[in-house]
Amino acid sequence: MFILKKFGQLLVTVILVTLFASLLLELLPGDPTEVLIPSGSDQQREDLRQELKLDQSFAVRYSTWLGNFATGDLGNYYTVSSDRPVSDRLWQSLPVSLLLMFYAQMLALIFAIPLGVLTAYRKGTWFDRTSNTAAFAMLAIPNFALGFLLQYYLGVKLGWFKTSGYASPSESPIEHLQYMILPTITLAVGQIAIYMRLLRSDMIATLQQDFILMAKAKGLKSKRILFRHALRPSSLTLLTVAGLNIGTLIGGALIVEVVFALPGMGLMLFEAIGRRQIVAFQSMVAVIAILYILVNFAVDLLYTVLDPRIRNANKS
Amino acid sequence: MQTNRDTSITHLDSSSLPTIEAIEAPSSHTVKGNRLGTAAWVAIAWIAFLALLAILAPVLPIPDPNQSFVAIARKGPTAGHWFGGDAIGRDLLSRIIWGTRSSFIVGFGAVAFGLILGGMLGLITGFFRGRVDGLITPLMNVLLAIPQFVLALSLVTVLASGAGVNSTRRLAVVVLGLGIVSIPLLGRITRANTLAWSEREFVLAAKAMGAKNGRIMVREVLPNVMPAMLSISLLGVGIAIVAEGGLSLFGVGVQLPMPSWGNIIAEGRGQMRNSPHIVIFTSIILFLTVMALNFLGDAVNRRFGVRESVL
Repeated sequence: MFILKKFGQLLVTVILVTLFASLLLELLPGDPTEVLIPSGSDQQREDLRQELKLDQSFAVRYSTWLGNFATGDLGNYYTVSSDRPVSDRLWQSLPVSLLLMFYAQMLALIFAIPLGVLTAYRKGTWFDRTSNTAAFAMLAIPNFALGFLLQYYLGVKLGWFKTSGYASPSESPIEHLQYMILPTITLAVGQIAIYMRLLRSDMIATLQQDFILMAKAKGLKSKRILFRHALRPSSLTLLTVAGLNIGTLIGGALIVEVVFALPGMGLMLFEAIGRRQIVAFQSMVAVIAILYILVNFAVDLLYTVLDPRIRNANKS
Repeated sequence: MQTNRDTSITHLDSSSLPTIEAIEAPSSHTVKGNRLGTAAWVAIAWIAFLALLAILAPVLPIPDPNQSFVAIARKGPTAGHWFGGDAIGRDLLSRIIWGTRSSFIVGFGAVAFGLILGGMLGLITGFFRGRVDGLITPLMNVLLAIPQFVLALSLVTVLASGAGVNSTRRLAVVVLGLGIVSIPLLGRITRANTLAWSEREFVLAAKAMGAKNGRIMVREVLPNVMPAMLSISLLGVGIAIVAEGGLSLFGVGVQLPMPSWGNIIAEGRGQMRNSPHIVIFTSIILFLTVMALNFLGDAVNRRFGVRESVL
């Protein structure tokens, strides 16, 4: 029942988001064909008007668009000479963005979990204060600024990593990593700070609880208490924040892709904006928004599965 | 005596129980918290200093931000030009100062827009609940269902696409776009806090004395919700200023030749290899400003004992 209700909400949100995406073309001031093919002939413009159903009502346009979208037709890049479908490129660039976000998230957790646990355990010490100050600074670095600086110092000056471009992991895994490492670090830095600070405050509260005292009294080693007993309840908090963070992560990934010329969704959006391809743009916005909604939905479900309190509350 | 000034709900209940206190307020700042602290004043001074520079930009003894000096093109700091020149020899310091204008207009303007509309909606939905809430909150949730940067990018791209969009109009579009994005965020926070504060006894007392809803909202609830709104808004200003940089990178931020921190960096990226000072200097200013704003947001949080758990 609970799942069904959630699923209903999901469906409504997806519909509303697609409605927003298709409204983008409507919001465009003036004649959309002027924007899409500024140098097209009158005949070409008329054809495009027909194709986009600009002479009909918004309801017709939206339902046509939604039907096409649902069947995988994401519209075209319109040029005077030829029209290329958006979906071809999208299926190539989506994995790049997803990989980037996945790597960044992994890197962030690898650093943030031990740091969060240790700073909580050593609360108030020199180590804790330094880490906290560092985290505070990391939160304030704009990701594009960090990207340019890493590109310059580690890429250009020291020549350690590749600064722009991409290789797919199936072709050459090593090159793939060389291209991905700087973007991943750039995207992960802010996330590390968020997770670390959160885990720290969560753990400080957990460490005051009776079951920790119990574990200490039983003579368990600190390491075991920290990572086995104390970390477990915090994992739910981490999951919640990871869920809340996905929006920021997506936005960050798009920007970082532009900085490092990674051919993902961000670069695709960048080109679509530069070439005024609003139809392609709105399809991409819809795809990104739906992905975002689906991931949030998954986090919600996962949360229910993991936390016995929520699980039982839903049953009754 | 100072501890009694803390107004948060949990604190009043647990002030006699030191163990619970220790769990709930790990940083002892809340207890001291009547003053902002030196660091917060430094942050305020930095923001005020920049604001002053931005306001005084036309009368300051700096070159015109759009005037080119061939001699300093792509060159680092010199005696007459402390921050050096940009790609076409415009004085970087002057551009950053003039850029502060647009960046601050974007940051503070967008958040003010979101704060007024989002705050109003949050206050109304949190106070009346029921049908009003059922109508407005789902609408806000739709805006939250799109990643914020993508939403801003969509709005600005579309609204700035028309012919004859000049720099001033583009600035307005950026403020509007980022402002719309911040409505649901600020609205949600205001609503959550309003929900909590509307339950309190003094609100009931005001109702019992026959105060009208409008008066209760503005005089009783709003002052208590303000600190949370202010704290989030300060973070929001930083986020908006950075977001403008992101938009600039996509080519839809503040439009050249009008400088903004974002478009100076976006324009300077082409010169990164040979004259990295353009991006580096601007980034440092941007970084310090965001840090100051974040710090102030945190300081307000500590000072007024705003609790995340209320959200």
